[in-house]
Amino acid sequence: MLSRINDFAIKLANVNGSGSASANGLIMQAIFRMGVPVSGKNLFPSNIQGLPTWYEIRVNKDGYTARALDYDLMVAMNAQTYARDVKEVRSGGYLLYDSSWPLEKDLVRDDVNYIGVPLAHMCNENFHESRERVLMKNIATAGVLIELLNIDRDVVAQLIEQKYGRKKGLHESNRKALRLGADHVRANFPCPLPFHLQTMNANGDKILIDGNTAVALGCVYAGATVAAWYPITPSTSAMDAFKMFCERFRKDKTAGEQNYLILQAEDELAAIGMVIGASWNGARAFTSTAGPGISLMNELLGFAYFAEIPAVIIDVQRVGPSTGMPTRTQQGDILECAYASHGDTKHILLFPANPAECFDLAVKSFDLAEQFQTPVFLLTDLDIGMNDWVTPKLEWDDSYHPNRGRVLSAEDLEAIPRFYRFMPENGSAVAPRTLPGVSAKGSYFTRGSGHNKYGGYTEIPDEYREVMDRLLRKHKEAAGFVPGPIVEKRKGARVGIITVGGCDAAVREAVDILAEQGTPMDYMRIRAFPFDHPVEAFIAAHEYCYVVEQNRDGQLRSLLILETSAPKEKLRSILVYGGFPLSAKHVLNAIAPEMKTVKTVETEELDAIHR
Amino acid sequence: MPSIVKPPVAHPSLTRNELGLTIRDYEGAMSTLCAGCGHDSITAAIVRALWEMSTPPHRVAKLSGIGCSSKTPAYFVSAAHGFNSAHGRMPPIATGANAANRELTYVGVSGDGDSLSIGLGHLCHAMRRNVNMLYIIENNGVYGLTKGQFSASSDVGSKSKKGEANVMSPIDPVLLGLSLGATFVARSFSGDKGQLVPILMAGLAHRGFAMVDVISPCVTFNDHEGSTKSYLYTRQHLLHATETDFVPDAREIVAEIAPTGGTNITMHDGSVLRFTRLPEDYDVTDRQKAFSYLKQHPHEVVTGIFFADESVPEMHETNHTPATALVDLPYAKLCPGAAQLQQLQNEFR
Repeated sequence: MLSRINDFAIKLANVNGSGSASANGLIMQAIFRMGVPVSGKNLFPSNIQGLPTWYEIRVNKDGYTARALDYDLMVAMNAQTYARDVKEVRSGGYLLYDSSWPLEKDLVRDDVNYIGVPLAHMCNENFHESRERVLMKNIATAGVLIELLNIDRDVVAQLIEQKYGRKKGLHESNRKALRLGADHVRANFPCPLPFHLQTMNANGDKILIDGNTAVALGCVYAGATVAAWYPITPSTSAMDAFKMFCERFRKDKTAGEQNYLILQAEDELAAIGMVIGASWNGARAFTSTAGPGISLMNELLGFAYFAEIPAVIIDVQRVGPSTGMPTRTQQGDILECAYASHGDTKHILLFPANPAECFDLAVKSFDLAEQFQTPVFLLTDLDIGMNDWVTPKLEWDDSYHPNRGRVLSAEDLEAIPRFYRFMPENGSAVAPRTLPGVSAKGSYFTRGSGHNKYGGYTEIPDEYREVMDRLLRKHKEAAGFVPGPIVEKRKGARVGIITVGGCDAAVREAVDILAEQGTPMDYMRIRAFPFDHPVEAFIAAHEYCYVVEQNRDGQLRSLLILETSAPKEKLRSILVYGGFPLSAKHVLNAIAPEMKTVKTVETEELDAIHR
Repeated sequence: MPSIVKPPVAHPSLTRNELGLTIRDYEGAMSTLCAGCGHDSITAAIVRALWEMSTPPHRVAKLSGIGCSSKTPAYFVSAAHGFNSAHGRMPPIATGANAANRELTYVGVSGDGDSLSIGLGHLCHAMRRNVNMLYIIENNGVYGLTKGQFSASSDVGSKSKKGEANVMSPIDPVLLGLSLGATFVARSFSGDKGQLVPILMAGLAHRGFAMVDVISPCVTFNDHEGSTKSYLYTRQHLLHATETDFVPDAREIVAEIAPTGGTNITMHDGSVLRFTRLPEDYDVTDRQKAFSYLKQHPHEVVTGIFFADESVPEMHETNHTPATALVDLPYAKLCPGAAQLQQLQNEFR
């Protein structure tokens, strides 16, 4: 095999709850610090201990870090999944196994190289406590990988120092375990492997962060003071991070006061209720949840829509329907959020593609929610939310002022003869609102029942319709204020590829490969609903467009058909919804059958569905 | 009474409170409930209590769920913002509103369907959080707006208008509150304004969640023979367990308070809740005794303030928020700024 520098993929198969996460993170972070583009995808079970878990690392000097699907090195540490894991190794690739036990003969492939290291045996000899033996086996594995992949030892030493420097015992155990693995593999196998790492400078001032942490920072920077939530995978870490940042940035140390209030609600019905109550009172408030939470919130989301109360809902999407697969990723809540609640409703949706956008669009969510006095959904997913991404440094402009929308002060109210809640000014579709406690003149009765433009109860068709029609205009008006699509054009392209959110990296890679193969396609990533004119123009400008998304029913495609004038024949779905993040190979394999110029790629994982 | 149209100008002889406002300044829109509905009497008592307390009308936030009871916030304090939310969801809405602005006076109005069925969980959790608010359950033992179904507070054997007897045991919000750790638990009767007004005033002064269950007969669907929530039945079975005076300004009665002070509770705002009658061996600060007393009187409609504890921190105190409203914090105090973000990101490398 020819030597390949900074271009390979490895997969680590483990049993969850055995402490593999910290070793995986260590390797990933070390590669990032070496300045090499890298991604780490945690494919984990909905379980605390004992079920299979995988971690995939892809290294690519050109910055393609979506999932690889075939692996140069498999670290097979879980007997339960051994048969499947062996199959995923690229022909000519390597498999690292624990040679404390003999390798099962029928699992041997002729075209794979085996590296056996007696990890359990070494750890049993060198560590005494049973828990430590299990944990250190992962670190010893990391030691092996450092040698096999030529990971910078100084960088690893520095990371270990930062992580465990203050805990002497742990620090020493980690160093010892790393040495055990490294020494053994160096003495018994040629190191490094033909594919390995070399320090480069591709990461600049980029950071390594997960989307949930970035969302939480966005909420802090947006000035959110009230957060209400109910614990749910995969959004829980967003609220954990919000709490952590608030404790750091929002505590008045001298007074001992907390300039925020986080409410762990009794359920999601209550969580959204608390957000709506706080927003009604003028606070920037949000909830973080996942699909099952959105299902429960539907009732009050309709209330907030109809009564025109701002609310920010962060939906870290996971696999549905029902409980589905809580620790697997999907983009299955698009339609549910677009039209959440009974009756005629339409909401504003934002779709970040990576953690940096999570930060920016979290801030934007609050501005839009207050400007348009309506719920705004920030739709991320488990892949973006819970995996660490190499992402551009987060930027903040200190001249930012929150857009609170039109809120009348006591003075404003003095200047007008009478206040009516739902009467817009100057042709806008949004009516000014008032906050409780400010002035008797601004008081009104907030209700989810039929109301007229004065805010009074009504059952009169014309009065009801007048309000409903304005709400529709308001939603359309928002199209001019939401982030527009990202469009990239290629010379000679007749076909377009449309995608959304976390599909970005994989689809971009596919589009580059397609261009190399002589099939240029234009690219559009949608960042918000309602759709602005450029979305419609993109579809109109192409013979047809593929719509790549991670759900069974082509929900983005459906939304495009419903909400633009695009004919449905022009939109062809490419759907990947098994629960693991998207790969460029999924996209290419879906296109290949109908385009002779496109080559199929062999993979073990179930291909994309093309409709 | 808010159920009749009144002239727009207040009569000059009307008494004025500390703010110089008459009781008319605390009234709301005309009621659309049935004539004689107990809820209208409660509305009048709320109006009276807020007026007596001299609460600035625009500093009141009135919230409700869905049902006959939940329509009533429209009928009091027009100068206040109202929030007629969804069925059973008023407690979370009030919790969030209170979280954002602790400085307003929160009055929640609910019913037995709203609080004891669809919103039972929310009620329990609002009690747990000790949200600082007055929470009134207008309890008529029946679903009025949907025309007469039994509610979760219907007594066993109580008959519906069609003659059907209820077979399931009721949920008693008072016993529930006592067992869950609610910090102010009371019951009254809509037809007993003399008792209800001081109870509501004490509830308003209470620091924390003040739950007042008010038996409020439904004249249309639950005021017939065989009902245990009718006017007649309630009057015949009424038992004043405790009797109280509420004294908004403590200075007036300092001299009167006995040195032992066992039957007076000083409220958080300095006002005093004075128990003029307590059963023997009854202690309003002893949850267990209150519980036992109620259990010993299963056939009476026992009313009064059963339990009050001013020492439990309310939601903001447990969360260490500033003494002023979170909504009043300037944005500059909330955003850490670009320099902090730069520095923070060193940890993500």
